[in-house]
Amino acid sequence: MLSELGDDAKLLAGGQSLIPLMKLRFANPSHLVDLNFISATSYIKEENGGLRFGALTRHAEIEASPAAATIPILHDCAAGIADVQVRNRGTIGGSLAEADPSGDWATVLMTLQTEVRCLGTNGSRTVPLADFIKDAYTTVLAYDELVSEVEVKAPPKGSGGAYLAFKRSAPVYPTASAAVQLTMDGDVCKDAAITLGCVGLTAIKAKAAEAALRGQRINDKAITSAMEAARAAADPQSDMRGSADYKRTLVGALVKRAIDLAIRRARGEQVEVSHIYA
Amino acid sequence: MPEIIGKVPIKLKVNGKPISVTVEPRMLLVELLREELDLTGTHVGCDTTYCGACTVLMNGAAVKSCTMFAVQTDGTEITTVEGLEKDGQLHAIQKAFGDSYGLQCGYCTPGLMLSALQLLSRNKQPSEKEIRKAIAGNTCRCTGYQNIFKAIQLAAQNMKRA
Repeated sequence: MLSELGDDAKLLAGGQSLIPLMKLRFANPSHLVDLNFISATSYIKEENGGLRFGALTRHAEIEASPAAATIPILHDCAAGIADVQVRNRGTIGGSLAEADPSGDWATVLMTLQTEVRCLGTNGSRTVPLADFIKDAYTTVLAYDELVSEVEVKAPPKGSGGAYLAFKRSAPVYPTASAAVQLTMDGDVCKDAAITLGCVGLTAIKAKAAEAALRGQRINDKAITSAMEAARAAADPQSDMRGSADYKRTLVGALVKRAIDLAIRRARGEQVEVSHIYA
Repeated sequence: MPEIIGKVPIKLKVNGKPISVTVEPRMLLVELLREELDLTGTHVGCDTTYCGACTVLMNGAAVKSCTMFAVQTDGTEITTVEGLEKDGQLHAIQKAFGDSYGLQCGYCTPGLMLSALQLLSRNKQPSEKEIRKAIAGNTCRCTGYQNIFKAIQLAAQNMKRA
């Protein structure tokens, strides 16, 4: 059907971004194809220690899922996106396909091994998330393709992660966010993944910040270098949410806090983490 | 090329009453409620998925009715503020909002009461934090949040007792 309609048609998943964009006339699709009546597109399956999410799985379903809670950073994300009403409608597949620079899911899932299954008239292909998002609001999806599933590999034993997003109020996109996933062996960090959200055209993998921790004994000095590297990696724009300088400072602070939370979780501590807003 | 769809017939239940109606695909749920069904208790505040004044329940889940198309409610059950009162008796949540002075201008109140209804139908004894999180998507510009919060606590107590 999409190949018949051409590239002016749009797919409607949860609609919590697309419908507001249409009202503002930023999106003007010739046709809207509602995916919500297709059954069996919303599921969370545990498989080989990983999780598979149907594209139309709602944030609220992930928030309530004990399976998703086994990877705590996923729960941090799902439970904090916008507000109850938006989480009841918005979907994980829609969030990734939308590729909004301020979206939460891409930032979080970049710290894990995540693959996006894309389904089109020529069959399906699996794309690593890092390759899936090309630019702001731009993915590798062809106009006759859709996201059918998101597959997340479970992090190794001894790994802990946390996602912190700062927003001015619940319903808005965050001003800045940081996702950190650390694999620890005692005090030594064996592996680190750090992604920054809302401070660039896409989620930014803060490679220098990761390198500042990887193989290191984690102490204040290592955390400070990671924080400084994260600030340097951020590429924020000044807008109504704050100046570029403010966002750069904020994202550093979020990285620092998320590192602390990730380490505590890696040690097996139960810590509740959520989006920060007034 | 599939033909342009004209009006679409849908069947749904609104406040327990079966409704058959024909709508334009572009019509928003809040427009169906207010303009076709005369249920004007559901308000339009920001019209940008921010304020929550248009919150209704769809199959028991709170949604912003300005951010859904009416055609998407085919086969569902919608609850609006008009559906809270039963046989002339105010719902425990409505009574608690009155008793706790949980409203001033009242514009955000219907949406807040439906967010409260989703919370209390799933969680009989919500914590302070759970109540605040449940209404985070409803904006009140009279800044009456503290009394709204107290109203939901009171409603929870009264619903448990009932």
